[in-house]
Amino acid sequence: MIRTKGEKVFGVINSVILLLVIAAVLFPLLYILAASFSSGEAVVQGKVGLWPVDFSVDAYKKVFADSSIWIGYANTIFYTIFGTLISMALSLCGAYPLSRKRLGARRFFSVFISITMWFSAGMVPIYLNIKGLGMLDSRAGILLPFAINTFNVLLLKTAFESVPDSLEDAAAIDGANDIESLIRIYIPLVVPTMLTVWLFYAVERWNGYLWSMILLKDTNKQPLQVVLTSLITQIGASQQESITDMYDATTNFSKQTVIYATIVISVLPMLVVYPFIQKYFVKSVMVGAVKG
Amino acid sequence: MKEETKCNDSRRNRMYRIKKDLAKNRLLYLLLVPFILWYIIFAYKPMWGLIAAFKDYNNPWVGITGSAWCGFDNFMTFFKSPYFFRTIKNSFVISLAGLVFGFPIPIILALLLNEVRCTAYKKFVQTMSFLPHFISTVVVCGMVTAFLSPSTGIVNIILKHFGFEAKYFLIDKNYFVPIYTLMGIWQNAGFNAVIYISALSSIDTELYEACMLDGGGKWRQITTVTLPGILPTIVLMLIMAVGGLMNVGQEAILLLYQPSTYETADVISTYVYRTGIVSGQYGIATAVGLLNSAVALILVSAANYISKKTTETALW
Repeated sequence: MIRTKGEKVFGVINSVILLLVIAAVLFPLLYILAASFSSGEAVVQGKVGLWPVDFSVDAYKKVFADSSIWIGYANTIFYTIFGTLISMALSLCGAYPLSRKRLGARRFFSVFISITMWFSAGMVPIYLNIKGLGMLDSRAGILLPFAINTFNVLLLKTAFESVPDSLEDAAAIDGANDIESLIRIYIPLVVPTMLTVWLFYAVERWNGYLWSMILLKDTNKQPLQVVLTSLITQIGASQQESITDMYDATTNFSKQTVIYATIVISVLPMLVVYPFIQKYFVKSVMVGAVKG
Repeated sequence: MKEETKCNDSRRNRMYRIKKDLAKNRLLYLLLVPFILWYIIFAYKPMWGLIAAFKDYNNPWVGITGSAWCGFDNFMTFFKSPYFFRTIKNSFVISLAGLVFGFPIPIILALLLNEVRCTAYKKFVQTMSFLPHFISTVVVCGMVTAFLSPSTGIVNIILKHFGFEAKYFLIDKNYFVPIYTLMGIWQNAGFNAVIYISALSSIDTELYEACMLDGGGKWRQITTVTLPGILPTIVLMLIMAVGGLMNVGQEAILLLYQPSTYETADVISTYVYRTGIVSGQYGIATAVGLLNSAVALILVSAANYISKKTTETALW
C-alpha cells in the first residue's frame, strides 16, 4: 500500500499524541514513586521529577513501622480470596441452569435477576437490611451481601450458552447427571470466561471501599482501602492547617513522602499483576459489547 | 362452556408441564436455590424496605413496620429543604461535565489508536492507557489530595515556581467540578476506549478498500466507514451514560469533598449517605434514594426507547 505524504505526517502526529496520553497516565505514578524515595525537603522544594533526589527510604521505614497497614493488607487478602470463592460458587449456581434452554423457568428467573441491574433498592434500605440481619461490623456482612454481580452472571451464562448442546447430550447418554456434566464438561470449556469473571470479582474486592467503610467500624476487620483513607486523611489533615506558615513546618515535608510511600505500597500488587490480567478484561468488555 | 373446558385444559396442561419440568431438571433447580435465595435476601428484600420512604422512621427501636405511615411527608421535607435544589443541580452539573468532556475522549482515543500501524506500539499504548482503571478510587483520590496540597503538593510547587500564589484547590468550590471531571477522565478514558476499539476491529476491511478505490482520503474513510461502523456502540454507550446521569460516583465525591465545597460537590447520593447512614434519618434518606432510583430508571428507559425508535439499537 502506498502512503501519501499527508498520511505519513498524520502517522507521526498521531504517534506523538498517543505518546502524550501515555505520559499523562504515567507521570503521576512515576512522580509518586520517585518522590517516595526522596527526602521530604527535596520534594517540597520541587527538585524531584521522575528520579529520586537525596535518595532515602525513611518514608518506607515509617510506613512499615505502622502495623495498621499490614492488618488492612491481611484483611483485603482474606476478603478477596473468600469473597471471590463465594461469588464464583453462587454465580455458577445461577449461570449454568439459566443457560439451559430446557429449563422451564429460565425466562422468568433471567428477568428476575436482570431487574436488579436497572433498579436497586438504594443505599439506606441495603444498609438497613444488612443491619437487620445482624451483619453490621462482621466479615460475613462484607462477604455475603455483595457476592453476586448480575453482569458477571450474564457473562458466564453467555459462555455456557455458546457450548454446543451435543456435548451435553453425549454426557447424558453416558449417564452423567446435570451437576456431573457441569463439572466435567462445561466448566473446563468456559475456563477463560470464568477467569475473567473471577478477576472482575477480585478487582472489585481489592479496590472496594464504600461498603467496607460504612459497615466495618472495627479496625481489625477493615480492608486496606479503608485503612488507607484514614492514613492519608490523617496525615493530610494535620498538614493542611494553613498555607502561610508552611516554611517552618519542616515535619510536614516528610509527611508528604510518607503519603507517597503508602500509595506505592498499596498499588504495587495491582501493578505487578496488571500486565498478566489486563487481556482478560479486554476480552470480557468485548463479550459484553457483542452481547449488547 | 366450551371456553371453560379450554381454560381448564390449558391449566391442567400447564400443571403437567411444570411437574415434568421440575422432575426432569431437578438438579438444575437445586443449583438455582442458593442463587435465587441470594437475590431474594440481598436484592429484593431491601426493596421492601423502601416503604420506609413513606413512614416516619427515625427511631431504630421501633423499626420500619412499627413506624407510623406519613404519606409523602419525607418527600415534601426534602423538596422544601435547601438540599433539594443543590443536590439535583450538582448531580446534573457533575454528570453533564463528565458526559460532555468524558464521553468523546474514549472515542477519539480509539480512533487514534485504530490508525496506528505498528501493532506493538498500539498494544503498548492501549495497555498503558487503561492502567489507571485498576487503581482504586481511594488511591486516586489520595493522589489528587496529595498533588493539590497547598504546601507540599506538586501542583502548588510548580505554580510557586512560576511566581503564582499557592492555592488550596480542594477547599475552593469553583474547582471541584473540574478536578472531579479530570480525575474521572484520567481514571476511565482508556478503559472506556476498549469497547470502541473492539467495535472498530470488527469493521470489514473491504469497506475501507472500497472507499480508497473511490479515491476517499483518510478523512473520508473516517466519516463514511469508521464512524458509521461504530455508531451503534456509541449510541449504546450514550444510553448507558444518560441512564447513569443520576448515579454520580459517590465514592470519589465522598473522598474529595469538604464542607466548604458542598455547595458544588454535594450530590444526591452523598446527601443520602450523610442523612441516612451518618445521621440515621432513615425515612428521608430512603425517600430521596427512591426518588433517585426512580428518576434513573425513567432516564434509562427513555434513552433506550428513543434509541430503539431512531437507530434500532437498544439495551432491551
